[in-house]
Amino acid sequence: MSTELQKPDATAATGHTMPSRESADRKQLTQGRWAYTLLAPSLILLAIVIIYPVLNAIIMSFQKDSGLDPATGFFSEGGPAGFENYTHWLLQQCTAPGGGSLACPPGTLGAQFWDSMGTTFFFTVVTVAFETVLGFWMAVIMARAFRGRSLIRAAVLVPWAIPTAVTAKLWFFIFAFEGIANKLFGTQILWTGSEWPAKWAIIIADVWKTTPFMALLILAGLQLIPDEVYEAAKVDGASTWQRFRLITLPLVKPALMVAILFRVLDALRMYDLPAIMTQGANGTTTLSILVVQQIRQGFNTAAALSTITFLVIFLVAFIFVRFLGANAVDAATSSGKAK
Amino acid sequence: MSTATASKTSTSSVERPKRPFNWGSLRTYISAVIILIWCMAPFYWMLVTAFRDVGYTFDTTPFFTHVTWDNFATVFDESLGNHFGRNLLNSLIVGAVTTVVALLVGVFAAYALARLNFRFKFVVLGFILGASMFPGVALVTPLFQLFTNIGWFGTYQALIIPNISFVLPLTVYTLTSFFREMPWELEEAARIDGCTQGQAFRKVILPLAAPATFTTAILAFIASWNEFLIASQLSNDSTKTVTVAIAYFAGAQPHQEPYTAVMAAGTVVTIPLVVLVLIFQRKIVAGLTAGAVK
Repeated sequence: MSTELQKPDATAATGHTMPSRESADRKQLTQGRWAYTLLAPSLILLAIVIIYPVLNAIIMSFQKDSGLDPATGFFSEGGPAGFENYTHWLLQQCTAPGGGSLACPPGTLGAQFWDSMGTTFFFTVVTVAFETVLGFWMAVIMARAFRGRSLIRAAVLVPWAIPTAVTAKLWFFIFAFEGIANKLFGTQILWTGSEWPAKWAIIIADVWKTTPFMALLILAGLQLIPDEVYEAAKVDGASTWQRFRLITLPLVKPALMVAILFRVLDALRMYDLPAIMTQGANGTTTLSILVVQQIRQGFNTAAALSTITFLVIFLVAFIFVRFLGANAVDAATSSGKAK
Repeated sequence: MSTATASKTSTSSVERPKRPFNWGSLRTYISAVIILIWCMAPFYWMLVTAFRDVGYTFDTTPFFTHVTWDNFATVFDESLGNHFGRNLLNSLIVGAVTTVVALLVGVFAAYALARLNFRFKFVVLGFILGASMFPGVALVTPLFQLFTNIGWFGTYQALIIPNISFVLPLTVYTLTSFFREMPWELEEAARIDGCTQGQAFRKVILPLAAPATFTTAILAFIASWNEFLIASQLSNDSTKTVTVAIAYFAGAQPHQEPYTAVMAAGTVVTIPLVVLVLIFQRKIVAGLTAGAVK
């Protein structure tokens, strides 16, 4: 994945270990046990805090929620549900009074699944698109040498450092009916009170908060490109646009793809901003919000939804890594000094 | 570096003079100012509002006017049902314990990943990176039930354990990339110069690793401090953290958002982070980008 250009010392390091493949193998064997001893605490801890709850959620998702059974009217203890909880969300089937199932009535959580799936992907695509373009622009500016550059780099960290909950409240205030946004633009929009303005308010808040992270990742990628490459291209008569398209873009692509992957996965689990700014009202219910709303109504149905959410995010990550070449692991391991 | 190439292309144009009026650099400065305003203006507005008299909440004067400390008094006023001091302490406890646990455990894993060769290294790294991207809601549902069943609901461990799920991976991969950049040859050199292994570790490796570990600790603490989803579901009144408190801040009048007080609360929560981030700016940027590009 890493180009020769970016990592001049990567080849040097591999050249280092080349001479005797045999001793390298033996080294690997003796180091293996030691390595796993050191890794064990972290892996065990992660297994406890992630794998155990996930397995637990999967088991729960195949159980009925205890509660009043709408079919019989009696309290039901739960019991195996088969794929009922999944069809509840995916096919929007609710249990009908008197048995059987029917389409979930509008307004219930079950009826909102595909809407919130759409909302989640809409937010993801729009915010990441804005963040990529804006972040790239910021990174290009920050990569230039000018006086006050360190000031800009510091300023960029401010939105990143502010907790998302505070960001949400801050933009909620900015977008209040009597707030500065309406006064500044001379509009009278109920920003968080109607569908599209609410969506845009959340998108703007998210873009403000996370573009710096994107910009810094892209900047780090830009700084790996040696100046000589640009100089050589200039000598060869490449225009600014050609230099950008033929040098900057391909060379920064690995870093860019990883940054986009990180942001996409983060946006797909978006919760804080819509939960605080609109409580999920006006078509801003993301999958995460829907899960949390469902928790109060029934764990097992919520577990099915959280499993679906997890699978969706996993699938997107897989597509990114497999087909779009965003190899975060590769990027993280291909460092020069790795011996 | 530009002179070398300029001499080749300078058939017609003059070699870049000392201080010309450079339209390119003017564009750069204008862009820089736009970035500065875009990043700082909302933050600045929070500060202005935090120090503004409640009666002038929606005043649009862009300077500090009607300055008062009242909002900060409101924030810590317990008569409205808020316990902001308590919330701050809770966030501090949860953040500190999470950070310490993640570092104590993660430092060994990072050393192994950065320095040792072993099978399935890619799988382990992939698992750790994947774990950091794991959606919080997928944990909240099963943990909500589990913690309710074993009576942990509303305890500190009920917040610390899920926080570890994203802080530990972050710690491991940030430390791993820092450790990779360290000049480990110095350890060997110290041994050759007659240091024992312990001395080499104490006098050479530890001072070298300290800044990296410290930066990672800051990143871990910020991640935990900013967490909202898990805290909003698994905490009760006595363990509520600041992010949750700010989201559901109670004002004097029902149904009327206490904007100025909330902005003051936001300021209290944010200022320490901003100061920390500005002091350690360089290191933090290195840590943030370490896992992704290096």
